[in-house]
Amino acid sequence: MIWNESKECMSRDEMEHLQSSRLVKQVNYVYHNVEYYRKKMQAAGLEPGDIRGIEDITKLPFTTKDDLRNTYPCGLFAVPRSEVVRIHASSGTTGKATVVGYTRRDIEIWSECVSRVLAMADIGKNDTVQVSYGYGLFTGGLGAHYGVENVGATVVPLSTGNTKKQLTMMKDLGVTAIMCTPSGVTAIMCTPSYLMYLTESIEEQGILDELQLKSAVCGAEPWTEEMRNQIESRLHIKAHDIYGLSEIMGPGVAGDCVYHKGLHINEDHFLPEIISADTLTPIGDGEIGELVFTTLTKEALPLIRYRTKDLTSITHGKCECGRTTARLSRFVGRSDDMLIIRGVNVFPSQVEAALLEMGEVSPNYLMIVDRVNNLDTLEVLVEVDEKFFSDEIKELENLTKKITHVLQQALLIQPKVKLVEPKTLERSEGKAKRVIDNRKL
Amino acid sequence: MILKQLSVFVENKEGRMKDITQVLKDSGINIKTLSLADTTEYGMLRLIVSDPDLAKAKLREAGFPVSITDVLAVKADDRIGFLHDMLLKLDANITSIEYMYTLPTEEGPVVILKVANPAEVEKVLENI
Ligand SMILES: [Zn+2]
Repeated sequence: MIWNESKECMSRDEMEHLQSSRLVKQVNYVYHNVEYYRKKMQAAGLEPGDIRGIEDITKLPFTTKDDLRNTYPCGLFAVPRSEVVRIHASSGTTGKATVVGYTRRDIEIWSECVSRVLAMADIGKNDTVQVSYGYGLFTGGLGAHYGVENVGATVVPLSTGNTKKQLTMMKDLGVTAIMCTPSGVTAIMCTPSYLMYLTESIEEQGILDELQLKSAVCGAEPWTEEMRNQIESRLHIKAHDIYGLSEIMGPGVAGDCVYHKGLHINEDHFLPEIISADTLTPIGDGEIGELVFTTLTKEALPLIRYRTKDLTSITHGKCECGRTTARLSRFVGRSDDMLIIRGVNVFPSQVEAALLEMGEVSPNYLMIVDRVNNLDTLEVLVEVDEKFFSDEIKELENLTKKITHVLQQALLIQPKVKLVEPKTLERSEGKAKRVIDNRKL
Repeated sequence: MILKQLSVFVENKEGRMKDITQVLKDSGINIKTLSLADTTEYGMLRLIVSDPDLAKAKLREAGFPVSITDVLAVKADDRIGFLHDMLLKLDANITSIEYMYTLPTEEGPVVILKVANPAEVEKVLENI
């Protein structure tokens, strides 16, 4: 099922023509409505007229997370607050969130993009979709929700957590009742690790036969082909990948079709580039580099050449499904130190800032990330500081609890905190190693 | 009598205790008694030694988080009910004990107590 054939199956020429005209408009729009960008372009000796099509994209300066931080909270917004209908936010490197905004039209386009990905997973109006992404400032929940409504399917907005309720809903909605369609929950949207967790619970309770689940659309954290295979074979469903980032829009920037030959980018709205993370120059199809997006139709928060820090490659060429949109290959990592743990963006610097602010421990720490039974775990080793040292176990346990609480507030996920002797955490060339990621992806 | 007790934070890993005793031996420090409180991840080693200040300096040099804590030493009578009588007295004075252990001496055993206010408790316990 293809949601929007006129856009998703365009010839390369038509697509580039559309992208060029939209880029010219977007650059003009940004220049005249966002002072920060105007100054940036002026500093680079650029005028809107210098950008005549996508071939001129490399003339434009990049946007990074730093630009968003420098203009916190809303300095890059191109519309007055009266036009903004929604705000989302994601965590930033210093604990300060990155705020993003949407106009009514932005939300419509977002819903359209999610709809396209749902269609790739064969989800339509006869489906009942359980949205088990977090609802709130995180873009996952509401982004998915609006997409599901837009395709006309029934949305069950469960958000995250409360596994028992999740399973009960999934099961009970399948019971035929008058006024209620005989269709139970047929699809679920959540992080892949949460779906693995639900899979285990479903197996433990032995309720797979009572479910009518046929597909899953998972994203917000990296996952592997092996995880997809496990989910598909254990739940007897089809599992699809959805990609996005809040700065650009949220989930729905790209998604994969039934052939799983990469994620189709909604490139009529988001112009992708792959650049070398070292030279910052564009690199060719199939080569791995940093993914960069320019929004082509965004109104509230248009971004020019936003460096995602995600490392991947792009291929063009028609897919077996009939779509012609460019495709992202599997993500191979990040070009910065951001970690995605249980779908949440975590920067090591957040841990440091939180410990420093707490002031009762040394800011020396080591984060150990692992995946146990398909759920991400985070352990934080913190060096005991002689200055705040108590010889009572009770006090040390209270300290551990307090650190756990402070870190949970800062990171939005609960770490396991372990106190260690001072100076035991490895230091190389004066700079400590802060992260050990044992997850095999 | 109030004694200076050495408290050392020690991670639960192989050979760590040996590292501590090595430092003390090399510095010519005699261990009079010790008590180890442990959790699954770390332990707290409490020592009464011949020269607490030197021991502290040497252990710190070796990278151990170490502190000196004032503890109360109470000479124990070798009779049935002594400990019970002592606890009753502390209880009556609303003093809670964080931990306790014993120190053997030539004049018999001594009970080591960690309390919030050792000097006051010493007076309370003058005649048990
Ligand atoms: Zn396809």
